[in-house]
Amino acid sequence: MFISKYEKILIPVIAIIAGIILGMIIIAICGLNVGNLFTALLQGATGIKAGSGLNLRYPGELIVTSMPLILTGLAIGFAYRCGMFNIGAEGQFIIGGLFSCYFAILCPMPSPFGVILALIIGGIGGALWAFLPGLLKVKFNISEVVTGIMLNYTALYSSNYFIKILPGSSATRTVDIPDSMNLTSDFLSSITNNSRLHWGFIVVIIAAVAYWFIIEKTSFGFSLRATGFNKEGARYAGIKDGQSTVISIMISGFLAGLAGALVVLGTFAYGRVLSAMENYGFDGIAVALVGGCNAIGIVLAGILFGLLKVAETILQTSGIPREIAQIVSSSIIFFVAIQYAIKFLLDKLNNKLSGSKNTKTKKKGEAA
Amino acid sequence: MDYAIEMLHITKKFPGIIANDDVTIQVKKGSIHALLGENGAGKSTLMSILFGMYQPNEGEIFVNGEKVIIDDPNVANRLGIGMVHQHFKLVDIFTVTENIVLGCEDKTKYGTISYRNASKKIKELGDSYGLHVDPDAKIEDISVGMQQRVEILKMLYRDADILIFDEPTAVLTPQEIDELMLIMENLRKEGKTIILITHKLKEIKHVADVCTVLRKGRVVATVDVKATSEHEMAKLMVGRDVDFKVDKKELTPGKTVLKVDHLSVKNNRGLMAVKDLSLEVKEGEILGIAGIDGNGQTELVYALSGLSKPESGSIYFNDQDVTHYSVKKRYDNGMAYVPEDRHKHGLILDFKLKENYIVHDYNHEPFAHRGILNQTEIDKYAVRLTEEFDVRSGQGIETLTRSMSGGNQQKAIIAREIDRSSNLLIVVQPTRGLDVGAIEYIHRRIVDERNKGRAVLLVSFELDEILSLSDRIAVMFSGEITGIKNAKDTNEHELGILMAGGHVED
Repeated sequence: MFISKYEKILIPVIAIIAGIILGMIIIAICGLNVGNLFTALLQGATGIKAGSGLNLRYPGELIVTSMPLILTGLAIGFAYRCGMFNIGAEGQFIIGGLFSCYFAILCPMPSPFGVILALIIGGIGGALWAFLPGLLKVKFNISEVVTGIMLNYTALYSSNYFIKILPGSSATRTVDIPDSMNLTSDFLSSITNNSRLHWGFIVVIIAAVAYWFIIEKTSFGFSLRATGFNKEGARYAGIKDGQSTVISIMISGFLAGLAGALVVLGTFAYGRVLSAMENYGFDGIAVALVGGCNAIGIVLAGILFGLLKVAETILQTSGIPREIAQIVSSSIIFFVAIQYAIKFLLDKLNNKLSGSKNTKTKKKGEAA
Repeated sequence: MDYAIEMLHITKKFPGIIANDDVTIQVKKGSIHALLGENGAGKSTLMSILFGMYQPNEGEIFVNGEKVIIDDPNVANRLGIGMVHQHFKLVDIFTVTENIVLGCEDKTKYGTISYRNASKKIKELGDSYGLHVDPDAKIEDISVGMQQRVEILKMLYRDADILIFDEPTAVLTPQEIDELMLIMENLRKEGKTIILITHKLKEIKHVADVCTVLRKGRVVATVDVKATSEHEMAKLMVGRDVDFKVDKKELTPGKTVLKVDHLSVKNNRGLMAVKDLSLEVKEGEILGIAGIDGNGQTELVYALSGLSKPESGSIYFNDQDVTHYSVKKRYDNGMAYVPEDRHKHGLILDFKLKENYIVHDYNHEPFAHRGILNQTEIDKYAVRLTEEFDVRSGQGIETLTRSMSGGNQQKAIIAREIDRSSNLLIVVQPTRGLDVGAIEYIHRRIVDERNKGRAVLLVSFELDEILSLSDRIAVMFSGEITGIKNAKDTNEHELGILMAGGHVED
């Protein structure tokens, strides 16, 4: 009884612990110091390192790394709650960045309207990029996974082309985005020992609250959840599943586009030519999965995966290859993905617990 | 006295519930022993224990006088226990013979399957028990009644001496039921032992020797069927007096509410499932559609509700052509609809009970204001429906629908649809899998709606249900209506012939 009540939280926690244990085993097999993994995680999360004291740059960078992951996690989670797998979030992320970059460079405006508008335009870019797979799914029943993957590549290469033709662009990047149009903050940077921390965290908080509000509190969210849980049941109820499918994948695209805008306007403050996909969209799948597709879970999972990313760099300096951190994060995803196996084991444990209780009471009865 | 099966003091606990509480049944060799009980009374658990799918917490099992531990269905098979499942486990594209030998094939010296001995044995079995089937026919080409015979032959082929029948008559026509009863009597004559799980008292009365009644996991009584009336058994099962009579006042039907005009509908395999069908339902009447499952009833209802599009023909609600209306628009035009499949259509199982009450009306007042759900109004409404229709669940309106019992899930749907006060109520299989108490209640509510002057279209595969509720009965066979009768002027026999595609003189 106790276990099933907390199963929702228990399963990801067990998955995370199992993933970390697997990582430790691999480090040990490689003959390296297992303790380094924990010092790296601790340092990444808090900036505390034994011997050299506190460095707030680390938590600052942790937030910077986590923000886009949380947003793409929300994007994937939103689509998932409506019964869709928006693997095209990667492409929507790229297009969102491109749109906001163009707007920020070509139409400078006074702060803060300029930067807010640039963010929204980034989101709209992502939403438009998601519209196509949504429409094709509804009209022709074409899987959003196939179209999404194809559009990811289309997004990557067209974005690179459009970045390069912006006036002033080099072969790798655009000119700097003017201060009134970007999210960077000297203040935030200075209190975190020159990290790249920027105002984007406000956007992330708003997005997470909006996510929760739309899904749990609005009638629109009601119809989306109905469709996601049981498409046929929603159709029977008279909910227009086609319409809600398109709108929900567009909202998902908006969130992914927002993540792209955040990276361009905040983390770098210039547009980049990408040599390959950066996997923010794909990492979002893991974040949504571990976070159980609810707002708080996704925020926490986003921070966790951000921490693993940050830890990669720290591990490298202590002689542990970054692949180890990647193994840890992949194992966590793996253990979450096999959550039914974990659930199965929990149920067994649960049965055993209640079973042994029964036999105990029986024995007492017999004695009496 | 020789017992084929003795299950003594069986107790089986699941977390939070005792499914079997000190249950003892003793089944005499060569007898037909009925197991009667409402849903959740513990029949299935008991049989699952006998079949090796669960281990009891306490108690012992004896088969033919020997103490056994059955921890695996294979052990049960070896002990000669066979089960005829409610949903047949047959491979559609295999022949009868192939299905029967599946899993225990004789091999030739080249490693291929030898059918010669198998065919011979099947023929012998068929002759001695009156189970005649064409051994070379494919399963998909034979009737449901025949498929059931194949299931029985499968058990006999494996030398089962103790046969468990799980609700065997749910899918059969009245004539097929009679034949099955005969087969069971033949089996008994040849010394087989039968355990019959059912909630149909008539069948128990007809064929069983002894009946054990279970209620809430306990044995209420084991009675001699000959000496006990149906009414007494029903009372034992439910724990109170049951009134099978439905109180229907005389009504003159009013104007036409639903009119179906030359409607043709394809099924999901692209075949014409409803062929040029016309019918009318008037205010204050229940039109029952009788027929065996799979004769186009499902497709007809899908087309009426808007879940699928008809090929040709028209549908009118209150003289308005709704043929091309969406599902939503049909609800707005006065339709209420209790669907056949409550898990696929009727409910969103991962929703809370209160959320399921508002699936049609979640997006307008009073449940939503400017797109934001009004929890206070939703809760108020949900509490009212739950109380009015006596829907029971663990945590009230916050209960996850998935965790509710089938009867209460169905009550929740009925509550929602009836409370919409539409003037057309489409009800499909409203009591499938429900216990007597729930059936009684749901029947009363449906008749109440008719008495209020609403038009009710009732589709059911249970002939008893059709006969006791309907004013007029339309029989569907192979996508067409083979006859429309006044309920007062017809009987089971006549309808049975129509259901099988035969003709009767008017």
